[in-house]
Amino acid sequence: MFGKDLTIPAIQIQQVHKQFGPLNALNGVNLTVEQGEFFALLGPNGAGKSTLINIMAGLLKPSAGKVAIMGHDVISDYQRARMALGVVPQELVFDPFFNVREMLRFQAGYFGRGPENDAWVDEVIEGLGLTDKAHTNMRKLSGGMKRRALIAQALAHRPPVIVLDEPTAGVDVELRQMLWTFIKQLNRDGHTIILTTHYLEEAETLCERVAMMKQGQIVALDTTANLLKSHAAKNLRLTLKHAPLPASLLPLLKHGENAVFTLGLSEFTQVELVLAELRKANIEIEDMQLIEADLEDVFMSLVGGV
Amino acid sequence: MNLIDTYMPSHWRGPYTLFKKELLRFWRVAFQTVASPVLTALLYLLIFSHVLADHVQVYKGVPYTAFLVPGLIMMSLLQNSFANSSSSLIQSKVMGNVVFILLTPLTYLQFFSAFLAASVIRGVFVGLSIYLVSIWFVEVPITHPVWIITFALLGSALLGTFGIIAGIWADKFDQMAAFQNFVIMPLTFLSGVFYSIHSLPPFWQIVSKFNPFFYMIDGFRYGFFGQGDVSPWISLIVVTAFLLALAWLCLKMLKSGYKLRG
Ligand SMILES: Nc1ncnc2c1ncn2[C@@H]1O[C@H](COP(=O)(O)OP(=O)(O)O)[C@@H](O)[C@H]1O
Ligand SMILES: [Mg+2]
Repeated sequence: MFGKDLTIPAIQIQQVHKQFGPLNALNGVNLTVEQGEFFALLGPNGAGKSTLINIMAGLLKPSAGKVAIMGHDVISDYQRARMALGVVPQELVFDPFFNVREMLRFQAGYFGRGPENDAWVDEVIEGLGLTDKAHTNMRKLSGGMKRRALIAQALAHRPPVIVLDEPTAGVDVELRQMLWTFIKQLNRDGHTIILTTHYLEEAETLCERVAMMKQGQIVALDTTANLLKSHAAKNLRLTLKHAPLPASLLPLLKHGENAVFTLGLSEFTQVELVLAELRKANIEIEDMQLIEADLEDVFMSLVGGV
Repeated sequence: MNLIDTYMPSHWRGPYTLFKKELLRFWRVAFQTVASPVLTALLYLLIFSHVLADHVQVYKGVPYTAFLVPGLIMMSLLQNSFANSSSSLIQSKVMGNVVFILLTPLTYLQFFSAFLAASVIRGVFVGLSIYLVSIWFVEVPITHPVWIITFALLGSALLGTFGIIAGIWADKFDQMAAFQNFVIMPLTFLSGVFYSIHSLPPFWQIVSKFNPFFYMIDGFRYGFFGQGDVSPWISLIVVTAFLLALAWLCLKMLKSGYKLRG
């Protein structure tokens, strides 16, 4: 759709550091997102996700390192970089003076787009279910509607790369579904999507690739499938008859209470080992379940119990 | 469709859009931003002229009421130019919606020009409204219209720039209020809106000459009556120099991203 050389990464982040006084919010981040990807950035609060996004957007300056959007450096070629980027900020900000359609037209106008862009603005309004609210003052919108308007604003100038910082935080289930349908459609239309979310199951079903951040660093970066395979591929949930877990199995323990224990297994053959240990200790099994690991498990094993 | 490389924004539409938004922002609430300062100026005019008209004659052949009008026009023009840029910036910083502008390819020079132009228009519009209303009550001569226009534009540009600086600097509304009450208001009231500085004791005459607002008002008043406390050329030089200095400071702040881009 965007007719741009597809070998140029949508986003390229090289050795980015960001210091806030003594705090190292970002500590040497490297990340490349290709055009057309649906990419998730995961991590606990304070990991540095928003800081990284704000550097891409030019809202913060990196202390060191380089960031380019569609091949345009965010500092030396910031106009082209910003043209290529649509950012949905994490905070629910709005301008209380104007209605939804006015805001969107202004936003497109700042990027040099005039009346020829109005049809697109209306398309975005419709796609996000804002048609009824197009003439409503931003101030009078509900939280959910404000969130939609915020997303619409990021799209007003038709950017090929769209970054959403926790777009579904505090949003009800129905709206979340609707937003995902909309964002998936954008991705199918050729837009590159990068998002941060706390809902790991969303990242798991939607995103081809994820990066996990912890304390300003990327601790895992792979396809969703590979991450699931390589980290705690299976969970074994055991319900034991009033007996503690044998000490030899403790290294596998992920959590346990009331004689229900969840063990993380790296491969299926470990089940036999577990059973052997239990038999040796003469512990009876009341129930046993093998559960596929999800991103949450990967996340916990990498990031720790945050 | 190649959205990025063949499509660069037209150079004027971005800043023009920002300018238009800043205009609409005050125009939507014109009752508060235009009608209210006009009414205030009118009240000053009625009260002061009633109390002082028979006692004070500042310039030969100029009734006090007439003398007062240019001062009141300039005072409102300056305050409203300042209010336009400063309140817009502090509000959008506190509300967080300033990011909508910061995310765009607008250059710092375009940012500056758009806010400045909107401030000038608001200041001049309020000033013109006061003039049009007051000539119903008072006869005010216009001797040198070019000086009037020059000082109206310079004054509103100076305060518009000052407003951008204050809006960027302040983090909270009360800091902005302090700025208004402890800087803008005293400089305005001590600038000769209500009197000629020749009626002051010598010490305060000297102090007044360090106040840039004095030159804006004196030069502006010269355009009406053809007489002033100092030559309009001196006022022109002082006001232009101040404007350039503030614009330089403001552009430096914007270019560095001071308080806007961390
Ligand atoms: N403007 C700032 N000044 C100082 N510290 C900041 C600022 N912004 C973020 N931080 C700190 O940087 C770290 C990363 O924050 P953030 O990027 O918001 O994390 P996340 O979005 O992953 O929750 C946190 O410790 C946060 O407190
Ligand atoms: Mg965040």
